Amino acid sequence: MTPSPAVETPRVEGPRVEASRAAAAPRARPMPFIPEVETCIHCGLCLNQCPTYRVTHLEAESPRGRIYLVKAASQGELDVTASVAGHLYLCLMCRACETACPSGVQYGRIAEAAREVLGPPGPPLQRWMVRTTLRHLMPSPRRLRLAAGLIRLAQRSGLVALARRVFPGRLRDRLAMMPEVSPRFYAPEAEVLPAIGARRTRVAFLSGCAMSLFFTDINEATVRVLRRNGCEVAIPRGQICCGALNVHNGEADSARAMARRNIDAFPDDVDAVVVNAAGCGAAMKEYGHLLKDDPAYRERAGRFAAKVRDAGEFLAGLGLRTAPQPVSLTVTYQDPCHLAHGQRVRAEPRALLAAIGVRLVEMAGSDRCCGSAGIYNVLQPEMSETLLREKMDAICATGAGTVVAPNPGCMMQLRYGAQRFGIPVRVMHLMDLLDQAGA
Amino acid sequence: MDRFELIRRLQAIVGQAYVLYRPDDLTVYEQDALMVARHTPDLVVLPEGTAQVSDVVKVARQARLPITARGAGTGLSGGAIPEAGGVVVALTRMTRLLELDVASRIALVEPGMVNADLTAMLAPHGLFYAPDPGSQVASTIGGNVANNSGGPHCLAYGVTGNNVLGLEVVLADGTVTWMGGRAHDAPGYDLTGVMVGSEGTFGIVTTVAVRLMPRREAVRTLLAVYETVDAACEATSAVIAAGMVPEAMEILDGIVMRAVNKTLHVGFPEDAEAALLIEVEGLAESVPVLIERVEAICRAHGARRIQTAATAEERLNLWKGRKHAYGAMGRVGRRTMMLDVCAPRSRLAEVMRKVLEAGQRWNIGVANFFHAGDGNMHPTPFFDFDDTSPEYARVIGLTEDIMRACIEAGGTITGEHGIGLEKREYLGWMFNERDIAAMKTVKQVFDPDGVLNPDKVFPTGRPVHGDPRAKAAAAAGQA
Ligand SMILES: Cc1cc2nc3c(=O)[nH]c(=O)nc-3n(C[C@H](O)[C@H](O)[C@H](O)COP(=O)(O)OP(=O)(O)OC[C@H]3O[C@@H](n4cnc5c(N)ncnc54)[C@H](O)[C@@H]3O)c2cc1C
Ligand code: SF4
Ligand code: SF4
Repeated sequence: MTPSPAVETPRVEGPRVEASRAAAAPRARPMPFIPEVETCIHCGLCLNQCPTYRVTHLEAESPRGRIYLVKAASQGELDVTASVAGHLYLCLMCRACETACPSGVQYGRIAEAAREVLGPPGPPLQRWMVRTTLRHLMPSPRRLRLAAGLIRLAQRSGLVALARRVFPGRLRDRLAMMPEVSPRFYAPEAEVLPAIGARRTRVAFLSGCAMSLFFTDINEATVRVLRRNGCEVAIPRGQICCGALNVHNGEADSARAMARRNIDAFPDDVDAVVVNAAGCGAAMKEYGHLLKDDPAYRERAGRFAAKVRDAGEFLAGLGLRTAPQPVSLTVTYQDPCHLAHGQRVRAEPRALLAAIGVRLVEMAGSDRCCGSAGIYNVLQPEMSETLLREKMDAICATGAGTVVAPNPGCMMQLRYGAQRFGIPVRVMHLMDLLDQAGA
Repeated sequence: MDRFELIRRLQAIVGQAYVLYRPDDLTVYEQDALMVARHTPDLVVLPEGTAQVSDVVKVARQARLPITARGAGTGLSGGAIPEAGGVVVALTRMTRLLELDVASRIALVEPGMVNADLTAMLAPHGLFYAPDPGSQVASTIGGNVANNSGGPHCLAYGVTGNNVLGLEVVLADGTVTWMGGRAHDAPGYDLTGVMVGSEGTFGIVTTVAVRLMPRREAVRTLLAVYETVDAACEATSAVIAAGMVPEAMEILDGIVMRAVNKTLHVGFPEDAEAALLIEVEGLAESVPVLIERVEAICRAHGARRIQTAATAEERLNLWKGRKHAYGAMGRVGRRTMMLDVCAPRSRLAEVMRKVLEAGQRWNIGVANFFHAGDGNMHPTPFFDFDDTSPEYARVIGLTEDIMRACIEAGGTITGEHGIGLEKREYLGWMFNERDIAAMKTVKQVFDPDGVLNPDKVFPTGRPVHGDPRAKAAAAAGQA
């Protein structure tokens, strides 16, 4: 195992050992007291469930270690050095530690609050790039479409293919990770689409930034399945990206602005806000917490968050109406972190798979992170790749020809993995499969 | 040797990435699961393989630094806290299964192997490693050996010491030696027995030869629900007195069950004050007969209801609930302190009454969940003030009363968590000076210069570093 750059110790010169104490990350504000750290009782039961600890075996790359760092920094016992930031940013934010923790420690909230203080990860240029993207690109559907359009042009014109031939290793790999941009972006025919057959309920649908640009067909499939199951579906035009990447990468202020815009954009008179991207669902379920200090939005945010449902969670709860045609497929299921750990949704997608008659072969560690983790695979390529290799091995061992992963990040990562390691496995979204079954 | 030279030489052994010296990297190694003490090491080294451990020990010796071995840091007595500073040797990178002999039911494992990972690897072969501490999802085999850890199923299978056949150990001077071996009855002195439970003060364990057990044909698990902890204790003593040895007998009180229910849906009753979790294993024909007898005794002692696990999933769920008990205490009080004491099984109820009385006397809540079958109790005071507050003196008073009650009844002040830092000043409560001198002689033989995990186990006359009593006294003085 080669440790990733963030855990690698630089060559030491004697005095530097002591000097590293002074090398505080210059832009960081002092770490405030984060009440959630108090619930950690140091039991260590989370250690072996943490992907980055399992690879490095270092306490500072474990949940308990990271919480301890945040605590020590907030008590003024530890300077917030670049090294501290490195530990907090080698974290995948997969929240497997929350599932493991018997004490109910909300690690995600601790890490998000700490990252808000640290700001975006990495060296100055990277920080600037991440910050600019998060602040100026993510909140603007128009700019996102423009950027995606340019990428599509580059992909079509063979520019990317050319670049992949001429660029050296690391850069080439990163280009390979980039999925194909959809030939057309998601653009529903109306803001409200009626239920097919008798109406059972009215829901709103988050079309999502990545889902709209890279997975148009899955969005269409999701809406078809919802409508066939008696849902009137509202798809508000004014909605924007949910802000998950912003929260995770130390840009909480812009995330709050995005949350407010979405709360304004979505209609109140719906029974649920349905989301087909696990990461977005988890983030939107936290809107109440995100806006807890905003008196104007606090309550509305709480009500909104309470209505958010993952598409699989929602449909399993509603019950499939049409008797689907059985699909004779052998699949394995990847639990997206932000579904299994973030939203505690595990049984529902499996119940839907069973309902359409596919044979499910569980893989070892289905709820362990695949290394995608938002923009993590770009920022921490080595750790990401180590985890991806393990994941592809686990998928391979099931012998299934299809892996179902209801989250865009996971799908991109697994498709890249299949290509990178030459594994003949098809990566599908749960909604795709349901749609094919006519559910 | 100056610090720079030391770091350089250690890096030459284990590689740059695995010598930690930055403040942040060190801070996280100042603690384990004993929440009330800490001390930062000077350096942390993570070797891979016996040869590296041996070389690291030699270099640390030359630098005259104390050496503290560390596994996962789930210890509850502060054993892995480097109270004297120096070098922490973390064995967490040594996780390999070196050899598996299915026919002889023996495995050779590295000390950093996580207990639950070992059992998972053995499952396809129909085998398992019996000692199952509540921390098994995280704690290491090396740490289990050093603390001679037990667990629910040790009632039938024995504690770690009963399941270890031999050990490869790096001694205080860096020498590598084997104690015991693969045979079930090694000739000569039982040095393995001496090493097990030595809490890192005799040497660093680098390979463990463990005995494996075949999975039993049938297993049945039941949860008997009681109105009082007292009644559950009486029932436990009665089952044992009837000459039966279930695989496991665990008591959980109402505080714990309700706390666990908040995170997990394991089906613990919300409204009962105690439950007895019992597991019986054996041949397919005998298990139903056994479980019926156990049920009858439980009912005769006032069980309000008996739930049996109908499926494997239900059974695992009940156990998961039990293993989450300590962690769930974080939901009951801001601070908790899990004690580890033993009472004779026949006097369990009596000691339990004294524990609860002591809690009332000191006005501190005490939760209980423990290995009732072998009398190993874990009274867990929970409270909302810090260990630096003057009020903390009440917690100390309470824990001392509980230990006293156990000794008076013929029990001990530690069951399975070790002495470490936490109990060292109380060793004299159990042993007289001659006994302690004899133990010190053994320590002298293994570690004449006292470099291995110093200041653990034996009384020092000093309060534990950062000892709450000292802090509380200081706070009181200021006030
Ligand atoms: C939630 C919870 C539940 C628990 N339940 C139980 C239980 O049911 N039964 C039980 O017995 N304990 C229990 N414990 C206590 C603890 O988990 C055990 O003592 C465990 O064996 C410690 O293992 P570790 O790897 O964490 O060791 P550490 O805590 O890292 O170290 C413990 C001691 O072992 C020494 N040591 C570690 N590795 C080596 C080595 N390779 N060579 C020499 N010395 C070494 C250390 O110096 C230290 O003195 C529990 C703890 C928690 C937090
Ligand atoms: S499992 Fe929870 S309480 Fe235990 S160390 Fe991890 S975060 Fe802390
Ligand atoms: S979120 Fe994931 S990577 Fe981060 S500490 Fe928790 S388990 Fe580890």
